Amino acid sequence: MSKLLIEGVSRTFAGVGGGRPVRALQPVDLAVAANDFITILGPSGCGKSTLLRIVAGLEAPSTGRVLLDGKAVTRPGPDRGMVFQSYTLFPWLTVAENIGFGLREQGRPERERKEIVASYVDLVGLKGFENHWPKQLSGGMQQRTAIARALANDPEILLLDEPFGALDNQTRGLMQELLLGIWERRKKTVLFVTHDIEEAIFMASRVIVMTARPGRIKSDVPVDLPHPRHYTLKTSPEFSALKAQLTEDIRVEAMRTAQV
Amino acid sequence: MLRPLHPVAPGTRTVLGIAFFVLFVAFWAWITLGGHVSRIFLADPLSMLKDGWRLLVEDHFWLDILITIWRVFGGFVLASIVAVPIGIAMGAWKPVEAFLEPFVSFARYLPASAFIPLLILWAGIGEFEKLLVIFVGSVFQIILIVAVKVGATRRDLVEAAYTLGATDNGIVKRVIMPANAPEIAETLRLVLGWAWTYVIVAELIGSSSGIGYMIINSQSRLATGQIIFGIIVIGLIGLLSDFAFKALNRWLFPWSLA
Repeated sequence: MSKLLIEGVSRTFAGVGGGRPVRALQPVDLAVAANDFITILGPSGCGKSTLLRIVAGLEAPSTGRVLLDGKAVTRPGPDRGMVFQSYTLFPWLTVAENIGFGLREQGRPERERKEIVASYVDLVGLKGFENHWPKQLSGGMQQRTAIARALANDPEILLLDEPFGALDNQTRGLMQELLLGIWERRKKTVLFVTHDIEEAIFMASRVIVMTARPGRIKSDVPVDLPHPRHYTLKTSPEFSALKAQLTEDIRVEAMRTAQV
Repeated sequence: MLRPLHPVAPGTRTVLGIAFFVLFVAFWAWITLGGHVSRIFLADPLSMLKDGWRLLVEDHFWLDILITIWRVFGGFVLASIVAVPIGIAMGAWKPVEAFLEPFVSFARYLPASAFIPLLILWAGIGEFEKLLVIFVGSVFQIILIVAVKVGATRRDLVEAAYTLGATDNGIVKRVIMPANAPEIAETLRLVLGWAWTYVIVAELIGSSSGIGYMIINSQSRLATGQIIFGIIVIGLIGLLSDFAFKALNRWLFPWSLA
């Protein structure tokens, strides 16, 4: 059975000031197997973030439904951890308190919380920064904390909305390896939205390519590159072949968006 | 050379800041001691200090200062206790906002000083009436500013908290309130400054103590030195309480400045 089922999910936004309603997402069907790492690749504004937010329960679909372990998603919950593109650490909490936020909301005892937080601080390499305020951290460290915060709840699925989009290229490469390393060791079902082709291939066991707005699934490309993956993989011939194929796919869509 | 937006060195900043005070007092001394304005209308700096000293030593003016401070803080604390929770409720829950916002917006423009005759009828000319003037002057302002700040809580933080399993109640208590605490404290600091204006007005009418009473009393005796001394005392206390408030905020919310 699939871990996550997206059935005919579409989204239409009401027109602004009596204008025509805007369709952001055409009906999408997608089945995600347990412990799969899926990347959703598409040009800006194709509705890929909207799709992710619907899975998170932050937005309601106009049609269709989302099932996680057979149960319909109606609102956000700790079984679907989310990492946002913007820095969403709580600025009034330290790194450790941020990571423990979800556990605290669920009323887990303090001793247990401390242990879990310590293990995730370790996992994302933030030892020594537990008592720092988010403002004192670099962008990469903030997103590592955000990943640890989402994982500390031990969610059924991890949702990431262009989590490394605001980072510089070098940091982004390191973060990709870090997240992939965690996935290789701990196995989690992951839905990862990006517009970066290289990132989409490097991280994924399956790349879902979306069309320009209103988005729908254009192609579904399995990535059979071996694990554990190392950054040198990005220069291998197999990787380049996939990249060439996806670049072609996405270029057509990008041109439709830009209308050139 | 003056270059636009170019920062000034800290030492120079202090010197320039003090220089204006020196120039100001020098000008004041020149027009008064030099005989350019009549002593009846404006006391010179030296007699102002002499009058002030006499007020403090002989007339127990420090008691008036204390009573004025008590009135400002009493009225201000009362207003804060009532207004902050209402403001948070309005910002967090839109039906509450829809219910109260029109009235509060209207009440905000009612001048506190115009209420004084009415408040005297209701509460007499005792301490309670003085506190009420400050309360009426501050409470609607605090409610509205707090409601606006809370309403502008970062949505992405709220969403993040929901995906971490927070309940609606948890969002208000552990996201909306801490996220806005520094801004609310800053609002209170601002309104405390306005409360100083209201207290003097309250003391000008139907009062027998306080800095404002001393000022109105001095007017009938043409004691301009005392009036100016009273005004300067108000300015100094305002400045001090502002510093204290700022220091308190820095200590309470280290994360917002780190």
